[in-house]
Amino acid sequence: MTINGRAYIAGAYEHPTRKAPDKTVAQLHAESAAGALADAGLTKDDVDGYFCAGDAPGLGPLAMADYMNLRLRHLDSTDIGGASYIAHVAHAAEAIAMGKCSVALITLAGRPRSAGHSGTAARPVIADAPDSAWETPFGPTTVNLYALCARRHMHEFGTTSEQLAWIKVAASHHAQHNPNAMLRDVVSVADVVASPIVADPLHRLDCCVVSDGGGALVVVRPEIARSLKRPLVRVMGAGEAHKGQLGGEVDLTYSAARHSGPAAFAEAGVTPADIKYASIYDSFTITVLMQLEDLGFCEKGQGGRFVADGNLIAGSGRLPFNTDGGGLCNNHPANRGGITKVIEAVRQLRGEAHPALQVRNCDLAVATGIGGLLGSRHGAATLVLGRE
Amino acid sequence: MTRITLRDGDWPDPPASPEAAPFVEAAREGRFLLRRCTACGKAHWYPRALCPFCLGETAWEEASGNGTIYSFTVLTREDPVRTVAYVTLAEGPTMLTSLVECDAQALAIGQPVRLVFARSRNGTPVPCFRPADPSASPRS
Repeated sequence: MTINGRAYIAGAYEHPTRKAPDKTVAQLHAESAAGALADAGLTKDDVDGYFCAGDAPGLGPLAMADYMNLRLRHLDSTDIGGASYIAHVAHAAEAIAMGKCSVALITLAGRPRSAGHSGTAARPVIADAPDSAWETPFGPTTVNLYALCARRHMHEFGTTSEQLAWIKVAASHHAQHNPNAMLRDVVSVADVVASPIVADPLHRLDCCVVSDGGGALVVVRPEIARSLKRPLVRVMGAGEAHKGQLGGEVDLTYSAARHSGPAAFAEAGVTPADIKYASIYDSFTITVLMQLEDLGFCEKGQGGRFVADGNLIAGSGRLPFNTDGGGLCNNHPANRGGITKVIEAVRQLRGEAHPALQVRNCDLAVATGIGGLLGSRHGAATLVLGRE
Repeated sequence: MTRITLRDGDWPDPPASPEAAPFVEAAREGRFLLRRCTACGKAHWYPRALCPFCLGETAWEEASGNGTIYSFTVLTREDPVRTVAYVTLAEGPTMLTSLVECDAQALAIGQPVRLVFARSRNGTPVPCFRPADPSASPRS
């Protein structure tokens, strides 16, 4: 059994807003859904499967399904943080392959910028989460748990702040071409390492933006995809995994993408060397570095050398990544970057990326993400997509 | 030099939990407990009623309070400046904690540390660590 070729991404839409103080989260979800359905050439009434995660207001998928007045026969609100929407594409393909739905809608939206929620603020304490009794005093703040990984990576492999900075530099080179990007100025390695420390060794410019916004995807049966007027973007392979503290056998040198990546490549029947474009979840620069290693784009510990000297910049680097500017410069709606990773991969595969950044003959792409807290408990999802 | 203090009485309160209650009780008497599986014999962190390696039954035991720094971050934007760290205990498990009563610039991965209990705002003991080598922890 495989999902390879059993489903296609027919619609993709990134909400253009980056600040929406006068809109509701539900409204942003629905506006994103409308955009993706229009992109696909489908309507609300074609949707029979709906996927969302914890950013959707209300209980699981129920409030949003009601807000949009959908008529569903398949619902899924799997939540593995910002990686959820990458997993949702795989889950939608599984459901389609099993005949459980034909047109699956995936939405994400949020307004953390207007609400003042960022990765430097303490996360709300979930009193009955089993780790809360032990970790609440230390403040489960997002950036801190990523900084612990960066420090250990530097210790084990000699990775430097300058190498991490190259990831932001590459993202900024791409964001200059995106009129919707929050940060459009090209930055240098010196700019990144001179920016204020947030949680050492991570600087302000090692962190993603905080933005309002949303995005949506439409995944459909092959026969429906072929009946539409959009380029065919095939779901070829997927993997998902999670990693925690392993009962105390903590090892911060790798992420759960070590498992999700190879599973996705194997199902697609391709290797990292075949990939023309990569969307890599970039909550922080270290998140990108770890995933590049864990997906096998370079050996473990060599990520710093791999990303240096502009190797991720489209047109000149070996592996063009996040050509929309990514979470680091463009958009990180709801503090969850997974859906924008899939959207930009779809743009590249369709040939609809910015002309200055469009990868030539882009017929194979990967979208991968880390959700939750890299240094304590996180989920990973990887998707291999191809153009037919 | 950035001096990191114990912040005694100023840590956010951990939610009370039946699985943590005996730990808290012992900590009030200055004893540091961890939990070990009675079936497979492995110690783990954070403490659980069921072993995370085999789902066997576990029991409390007193730990040495000795460890080494696995990783750390200094949060210079916070006032007072504090740290978040993973410390590997002499008994094996690595735990999320904070390094206190130290000079931020003198911290290093691999450095020996020793348990010290600080108190949260409601007086609950919070297991922190300070450098075991007194020369790395100058008195202010």
